[in-house]
Amino acid sequence: MMDKLTVHDPRGYPPKVTGKRLAPRLEKLDGKVLFLVDCLFDNSEVFMNQLQRWFAQHLPTVRLKNIKPRESWVDDPDMRATIEKEGDAAILGVGL
Amino acid sequence: MALEEAGVPTVAVHTHVFARLVRSVALANGMPTTRQAFVPQPIVDKSPEQLRAYIEAADPISGRPFMQEVIEGLSQPLDEQDLKGLTFERSTPRLLEPDTEDHLRQLFEQNHWTDHLPIILPTEERVAGMLEGTSHAPDEVVGRLRPTMFREYWEFTVEKVAVNAVMAGARPEYLPVILALLASGQTARSSSTNSFAVFSVVNGPIRKELGMGDGIGALGPYNHANATIGRAYNLASINLQGGSVPGDTYMGTLGNWYNYSATFAEAEERSPWTPFHVQHGFKADDSIASVFFGGWYTQAGYGPRETWQQKFRHSFAAAEHYLPPIIVMDPIAARGFVDLGFDSKEKLIAWCARNARVTAQEYWDNQWTRTLLHPLGVAGVEPYAGRLRADPDELIEVYTADEIKIIVTGGETQGAWKMFGGVHRDGSSVSVDAWR
Repeated sequence: MMDKLTVHDPRGYPPKVTGKRLAPRLEKLDGKVLFLVDCLFDNSEVFMNQLQRWFAQHLPTVRLKNIKPRESWVDDPDMRATIEKEGDAAILGVGL
Repeated sequence: MALEEAGVPTVAVHTHVFARLVRSVALANGMPTTRQAFVPQPIVDKSPEQLRAYIEAADPISGRPFMQEVIEGLSQPLDEQDLKGLTFERSTPRLLEPDTEDHLRQLFEQNHWTDHLPIILPTEERVAGMLEGTSHAPDEVVGRLRPTMFREYWEFTVEKVAVNAVMAGARPEYLPVILALLASGQTARSSSTNSFAVFSVVNGPIRKELGMGDGIGALGPYNHANATIGRAYNLASINLQGGSVPGDTYMGTLGNWYNYSATFAEAEERSPWTPFHVQHGFKADDSIASVFFGGWYTQAGYGPRETWQQKFRHSFAAAEHYLPPIIVMDPIAARGFVDLGFDSKEKLIAWCARNARVTAQEYWDNQWTRTLLHPLGVAGVEPYAGRLRADPDELIEVYTADEIKIIVTGGETQGAWKMFGGVHRDGSSVSVDAWR
C-alpha cells in the first residue's frame, strides 16, 4: 500500500457571498422609461442603436433613453443616479 | 447589479462565449438569477445589419428568441430565488485530505491548480521549510488578487504564498521576492481576452544574494531563481485569486507563453545608466521587485545600427498603442546609445516619446484604444482628448515619456534589444526588504 501524504491547499480565501434580491419587475413596458446603456466596448454603440430601432418598430410605446458611462469598465455613480432617478428599467450591453 | 439593488430591473446583454464567466460572476455577487441575454460573438467589426440579425435571432445560449429573453427579463414576475439571492460561505481548507502522491498530483491537475507542468507537492514539511525564508508570520495577510476587475477579490496569507512557492520549485531564500511580487496586487494571470502576462524585474542587492540571472539568456530558462520566482508568481496568481481556468476565470483568446515565467534581474553593474528602481525613487541598496502588465506584443532589433531611428519608429508603429513599451536592452546596445549622446535612460525615452507616432486614424482604429481610451478622450481627459482632436492623417505621439521604460540586462553576446508591451503602474514597484 502506498504511503499517504498530507499537503496544503494552494488556494486563497474567497469572500463570503451575500445574497441580493433582484429589483421588482415591471408589469408592462408600455409608457415606461427604458435606458439603453452602451457599455463602451468597440461597436457596442452600433448594437445598442439597432436595439433602439427594434423597440421603435415593435414596442413604440416604450420611452427609450440612451446613456453611456464616463469610462469603460469603471463604475459611474452619476450615470447610475440618472438611471435610478429617471428610469424604470435598463438594458446594458454589450458587455463581456 | 448595483442598479438591481437600487430597484431598477435590468437585463445585461453579453456575447455567448462569456456565458460561463458572467454567470459565475453573478453567483459570486449573490445574484445568481440576474437576467442575462446572449448574442453571438463577435460584436466587433459587424455591420448594423449583422447586429440587427443578432437581435432578431435566437439567444445562442437559451435557444429562445433573443428579444423574448430581454423583454421577459424586465417584466416576468420574480420567484423565491430572485427575491433572496444566494448567501453562502466559501472556504478553502488549510490542508487537503491525505492521499497518495499519484492521487494528489491528479487532484492538483484536475482542479487547475497548476500550469500543467510537474509541481512539487506542498507537504507540511516543505511549506514549513519555505516559511523559513521570511520573518513574517504564516497567517499574516499579504494582499488580495482577482483575475479581472469584474470579479471579487480573494485574500491570501504568507503561508498560502509559501505553498505556491514550494509547488513552483522555489527555494526559501526566494520567498521575500515572491511575496513582494504578490503584494503588488497585480495578478500575473489576468483573465483578459488580450492574453496578457506580467514581466517582473528585480533590482538591488537581492539579485546577487539569490544569484539571479542578468547575463546570457537573462530572459530565458537559464537561471533557477529567475525561473522559479517567475513560476511561483504565476502559480500563486492562479490559486490565490480563485483560478485561471479557460472559459471561466481566463478568457485570453490566444494565450501567452510569458505566463509560465517572466522574471529577470537588471544588470545594474554593467549598465551605463541609472538602475530602474533608482529612477523610481528608491535607493541603490534597496531591493525592489517591479511588475509590468502586458506581455502582448514583442518587437526586437539590434544596435544602435545606422538606421536605428527608423527601426525604432517602425517598432513603435507596429506596437499596440494602448499598451506602452518596456524596452529591454543588452548592455552592448545600451553603451551604443550612450556613444550617440543618450547618456541617460531619460534622454532616450524622451526621443522615443517624440518618435512613437502613428496617424490619428490608425491610433483610433483599434479595438482597445476605442474601448478603453476613446471614452476618456470624449470626456476631455488628456492626452487622449488631444489625440481625438487630431485630423485623421495627422501624426500623433502615442505614448507619454513617463509610460516608456528601459531595463538593461543580457550577456553581451550581441547588442540586442526587445520591446514588450508593459504598463508599470503606480505601486508596481515593491520593497523586497520589507518581506525578508
